[in-house]
Amino acid sequence: MTAVAFRDTTAIVGIAQTEFSKHLVPTETELAARVIVDACADAGIDPSEINALCSYTMEATEEVEIARNVGAGDITYFSQIGYGGGAGCGVVGQAAMAVATGQAEVAVAWRSRKRGSGPRPWSNTSTQLAVPGQWTRPHGMLRPADEIAALTRRYMHQFGATRDHLANIAVAVRGHANRNPAAMMFEKQMTHEDYLAARWISEPLCLFDNCLETDGALACVIVSADRARDCPHPPAYVHAFAQGLPAQHQTMVNFFNEDPLLGPAWACARRLWANAEFGPADVDVAQIYDAFTPLILLSLEGYGFCERGEAAGFTENGNLEWGKGSLPVNTSGGGLSEAYVHGFNLITEGVKQIRGSSTAQVEGAETCLVTGGEGVPTSALLLRR
Amino acid sequence: MANAAAFSGGSVTNLGPSVEGFLTPASDEESQPFWDGTELGQLRVQACAACGRLRLPPRPMCPHCRSTQREWRAVSGRGTVWSYAVPHPPLLPAYAELAPYNVIVVELAEAADIRMVGNLVTGPEGPINEIDPATIVIGEPVEVVFGRLHRADGSSVALPRWVRAGS
Ligand SMILES: [Zn+2]
Repeated sequence: MTAVAFRDTTAIVGIAQTEFSKHLVPTETELAARVIVDACADAGIDPSEINALCSYTMEATEEVEIARNVGAGDITYFSQIGYGGGAGCGVVGQAAMAVATGQAEVAVAWRSRKRGSGPRPWSNTSTQLAVPGQWTRPHGMLRPADEIAALTRRYMHQFGATRDHLANIAVAVRGHANRNPAAMMFEKQMTHEDYLAARWISEPLCLFDNCLETDGALACVIVSADRARDCPHPPAYVHAFAQGLPAQHQTMVNFFNEDPLLGPAWACARRLWANAEFGPADVDVAQIYDAFTPLILLSLEGYGFCERGEAAGFTENGNLEWGKGSLPVNTSGGGLSEAYVHGFNLITEGVKQIRGSSTAQVEGAETCLVTGGEGVPTSALLLRR
Repeated sequence: MANAAAFSGGSVTNLGPSVEGFLTPASDEESQPFWDGTELGQLRVQACAACGRLRLPPRPMCPHCRSTQREWRAVSGRGTVWSYAVPHPPLLPAYAELAPYNVIVVELAEAADIRMVGNLVTGPEGPINEIDPATIVIGEPVEVVFGRLHRADGSSVALPRWVRAGS
């Protein structure tokens, strides 16, 4: 099966999410099981029909436990994808491939994470120092924010971007969250001045350049395009899918190749657009992985929405804002202002845009790009109506 | 050890007590020669023994010629600041105490695709928060020095650090 033959042969037909909060009482397993059953209900499919299960290597709820909880029958395809927030679209894409190739009929992808309640991952010193931590951690480059801060400083130096451009991103995404009652930041307005006044986390990144800490779970159900037409909601067809791990890449500390600013997004995008029958100019709305605001700058360039070095300018005049700009980005509030569940809420928001049910609905949206994390081996999906 | 004599940095100074609680590197099979080098006051990088290309972090195979013959070479310890970050809390306690401090990324003179993470300090034992981050300039030349970090169990490790060239 070629990538061309894969186009639009599968669709996301069910989505569900839990509440998003700093602290939820149920276990990750309970949250996962509930949300998978809810996604099946949304699809009009009984959970006993699930026969493919796909998630992240960082997902703590295992296939065996999920299948036992939701009452699945024989699971004939299961896979996990690595690299944290880079995985999400790959998880859905591989589930779609399993369906497209006949390995399964009803695939579920999910992520359940109590990141809000748990300890901060970087505070676990026992896991800090093996490869590659020995090269960075002793010097105080301790957190993902510190690693991305260094990349951001270089980007600013090389291309003339400023904190105002990062603010453009944070404010645009917050505005979308303010329309979304499910978003953790629904009631919290933020102005450009609020952004500039925020405390530092790792210069040049301030608090509002960083994603939220969230407890929550999300799931989606993928079936063949034929079956999708019988489901209750308009299908979000998986038009194209790609993963990207570029030459000589080093995860998060990509300092060991000729041009660290040409990250995984570029490799992923080359495959994605080769697989698709349309291009960046035809994308109506985008959900771009935003653990940190500068990842959106890098991704806008990598996925071809603007030329290299021009992403800062691309954020100006509300260009990423719903109802205003040429490319509304992260219309649910994304990881910065809705919830940070390793980017899975970007996938479900992409589906909502295609269904026409987003709280920041782009009128007549036919196509949506969803991306995984830049800075780590990544993945992307093109959804279409 | 090829070219070990090419650099004679020499001295390794003790870091002061203020750095108690810092994370110290855990070496592995591949990286041990790097940390053996810092003990001698040498900055070493791995090199392919077949085609000569330098690489870091170390790994078994050369991605250019696929040889697994490898060696370590002392380099000049000169480089330029490629970028930097200035962390603020929340951080691990020992680092939070000194925050804000600088973390720089240094492009080595011998290989533009090898960029080492470190701190810009005024001398081998200088604290990581001594230099005003506002004075750090991308592209400015730096030189390696070595400071000693003590572990709770009494062992220690020599850490590469960076001073402004000619300082
Ligand atoms: Zn070689």
